Amino acid sequence: MSTDTNNVDGYEHYYVPEQSAFPILASIGLFALIFGLATFFNELQAEATGAGRYIAIAGFAMLSATLFAWFRQTVVENMAGMNSVQLKRSYVWGMGWFIFSEVMFFAAFFGALYYVRNLAGPWLGGEGEKGQYMELAKMWVASGYEYAWPPMTTPDEAVNGAKALVQGAGEGNSMYPRDAHNGLALWLPMWNTILLLSSSVTVHIAHNGLKDGNRAKFQGWLFATVVLAIAFLYLQYMEYHEAYVDLGLTLESGIYGTTFFMLTGFHGFHVFLGMTMLLIMLLRSLKGHFSHDDCFGFEAASWYWHFVDVVWVCLFFFVYII
Amino acid sequence: MGDHGPAKGFGRWLFTTNHKDIGSMYLWFSFAMFLMGGVFALVIRAELFQPGLQLVEPEFFNQMTTMHGLVMVFGAVMPAFVGLANWLIPMMVGAPDMALPRMNNWSFWILPFAFTLLASTLFMEGGGPNFGWTFYAPLSTTYAPPSVTYFIFAVHIMGASSIMGSINIIATILNMRAPGMTLMKMPLFVWTWLITAYLLIAVMPVLAGCVTMMLMDIHFGTSFFSAAGGGDPVLFQHVFWFFGHPEVYIMILPAFGIASAIIPTFARKPLFGYASMVYATASIAFLSFIVWAHHMFTVGMPIAGELFFMYATMLIAVPTGVKVFNWVTTMFRGSMTFETPMLFAIAFVILFTIGGFSGLMLSIAPADFQYHDTYFVVAHFHYVLVPGAIFSIFAAVYYWLPKWCGNMYDERLGKAHFWLSFVGLNVTFFPMHFVGLAGMPRRIPDYALQFADFNQIASMGAFLFGFSQVFFLFIVIKTIRGGQKATDEVWDNPEGLEWTVASPAPYHTFTTPPAIK
Repeated sequence: MSTDTNNVDGYEHYYVPEQSAFPILASIGLFALIFGLATFFNELQAEATGAGRYIAIAGFAMLSATLFAWFRQTVVENMAGMNSVQLKRSYVWGMGWFIFSEVMFFAAFFGALYYVRNLAGPWLGGEGEKGQYMELAKMWVASGYEYAWPPMTTPDEAVNGAKALVQGAGEGNSMYPRDAHNGLALWLPMWNTILLLSSSVTVHIAHNGLKDGNRAKFQGWLFATVVLAIAFLYLQYMEYHEAYVDLGLTLESGIYGTTFFMLTGFHGFHVFLGMTMLLIMLLRSLKGHFSHDDCFGFEAASWYWHFVDVVWVCLFFFVYII
Repeated sequence: MGDHGPAKGFGRWLFTTNHKDIGSMYLWFSFAMFLMGGVFALVIRAELFQPGLQLVEPEFFNQMTTMHGLVMVFGAVMPAFVGLANWLIPMMVGAPDMALPRMNNWSFWILPFAFTLLASTLFMEGGGPNFGWTFYAPLSTTYAPPSVTYFIFAVHIMGASSIMGSINIIATILNMRAPGMTLMKMPLFVWTWLITAYLLIAVMPVLAGCVTMMLMDIHFGTSFFSAAGGGDPVLFQHVFWFFGHPEVYIMILPAFGIASAIIPTFARKPLFGYASMVYATASIAFLSFIVWAHHMFTVGMPIAGELFFMYATMLIAVPTGVKVFNWVTTMFRGSMTFETPMLFAIAFVILFTIGGFSGLMLSIAPADFQYHDTYFVVAHFHYVLVPGAIFSIFAAVYYWLPKWCGNMYDERLGKAHFWLSFVGLNVTFFPMHFVGLAGMPRRIPDYALQFADFNQIASMGAFLFGFSQVFFLFIVIKTIRGGQKATDEVWDNPEGLEWTVASPAPYHTFTTPPAIK
């Protein structure tokens, strides 16, 4: 295994790693995680208790530990100078395409939102050729169901009233600003937008600090970014609390609750992931990692962070405003 | 790096970072799944040998059609192409290995776990997935057996495997080419895989979103696919087919690349229209994103939707026609010989074209109202998948096996395998066109008496085709164990860097990049 430095063109001595136990260990951990989760969900459904949750936790622990050791090894290899210019480019491509896959994951949910809002919803309300010919829509419309976005009542309620299995949250209980109970200044999504947009700026300033070789500036602004991320997550927690406790808006409140919580929830989960990445980068920096021209770990995390920010801007428009 | 061989023992396979090892594992795994999915198919064909219910319960029949589709699509065809990509792409572009070798091994090792989980659902309470490989809601949500939760998570990790594999392939192609290997000098197999990998990264996350919506509807009370809550079951079909249509091109584009490698070798002429092949592949990939609702003509779309998806679908015939024209023109006035890979490749061109034409028939929205959900659809997609995807994989194995193991396969046995498969598949699937047009619905264990003759013929063909594949296994093992030594070039002046290395290919190839003319 060659560890000497690379040719200028970056083509010599591509580092093909030695055999590694990480992939098989990660596979076993991942398998235990999903098997445990599926078992746990089925147990919840059957109102039974069993081993599902413990298998899932064990799998998660194994997967996390393996990934931690795996990333650690790639960092060690890089710092030992084993990575050629070319291999570093492979990591850059890898991160870029991973973010593209994440974009497409969100596209599925935004697409679903578009479809129910602009096509299926109006048809359920009896609009257009499709609404006229749809037997169910006729039944619902005859029972007084009217479609409007956000749909705070469900077709089920129109027909079955209080006996309906799927109950909406009721008029005025959406997360739109016109329904915000505490006035616009206390409308949390607006503050979350400000927080997240600022955090994209702070992470960029941190990057500039690193490029200038100013480590204090890098760490300070990176720390600020992590703090903004935590503030965002806290506000989102408050928002969810308000929705569930004060407004009665839950995942089960028909299609509005479904789309609202799934879109913002997956985004919040990605904020958590991005924050974790940035926090790890901060800790790595405190250990003396990164130099002004070798900091892709941090750059990858910051790309991810900008991606999370862009998703939020889309969410803000399509879920909270329009 | 270039001086050590493979590790000893089973650990070699568990811990490997070598693209050739991983490629071999993918191919063997794929073949195991091919046999398993094949057994499911034979259960279906045995039940359909006669009208009435003979062998299996209707519930079990449904599980067989579902699992046959899932295992063949996700377990047999896709891993086989990834295996070929692993073996061939680094050698074709002059790279020492895949770009991210450890992740490469993770992509593979997820699969045996995913398919063990999927297959184990058959033994769970309530049975395995029984809602068709397209798992339409609400069959797969409200009315699904409890094992659907395991199915959902199995699909999740298969998707993770595909995404990681595709990222690796793209990074390899874009970053690891030897100096001078410009994009437009790459072999077409590499080009088609680049575009396939792009499609995979674009649509596997959408599939993940789709099964996540199912999971939430089933366990957490959301209303994505429930009209009672303001959602729509048809939404499922839109999300699924937005994944599903690019998915069917994922299963055929690498086959185009294989045919484009083999036909020039045995016609002894360079490929006709290289650049147009590249552009046609890219056009097909682009169109695959805007035609998904042609699978849903009968759900009651607005007329504008029907028309758009009909015309967009017909457009696909243009770039596909370019490809078929180029293959035929490559053969035109060539010094043709008909070794086994060439036989499979020619059969691919002809039979895939038949499948393409029946696809064109199905794309006509008003006509589709009659064809929809009949055996005509089954005939159509088996004609593109069996002589399309599967034959191209056979062709690729016969073509590159001497390079992989250093021995020539037995030409007589290879030809016998070809003719048995060729006859078997046509006897199986051609009659399905007739029963389909006559109105026999798919996914039903019983049928009206007048369809009996054609179904008996189809079932006999299916068993012939199925057992021929055991013969294929025998041929491959025999070749690996011994036989006439292959030369480094193997064939008569073939094109490509993989033929410049020794046969069998050394454990590490191109540790320093080759010079590209």
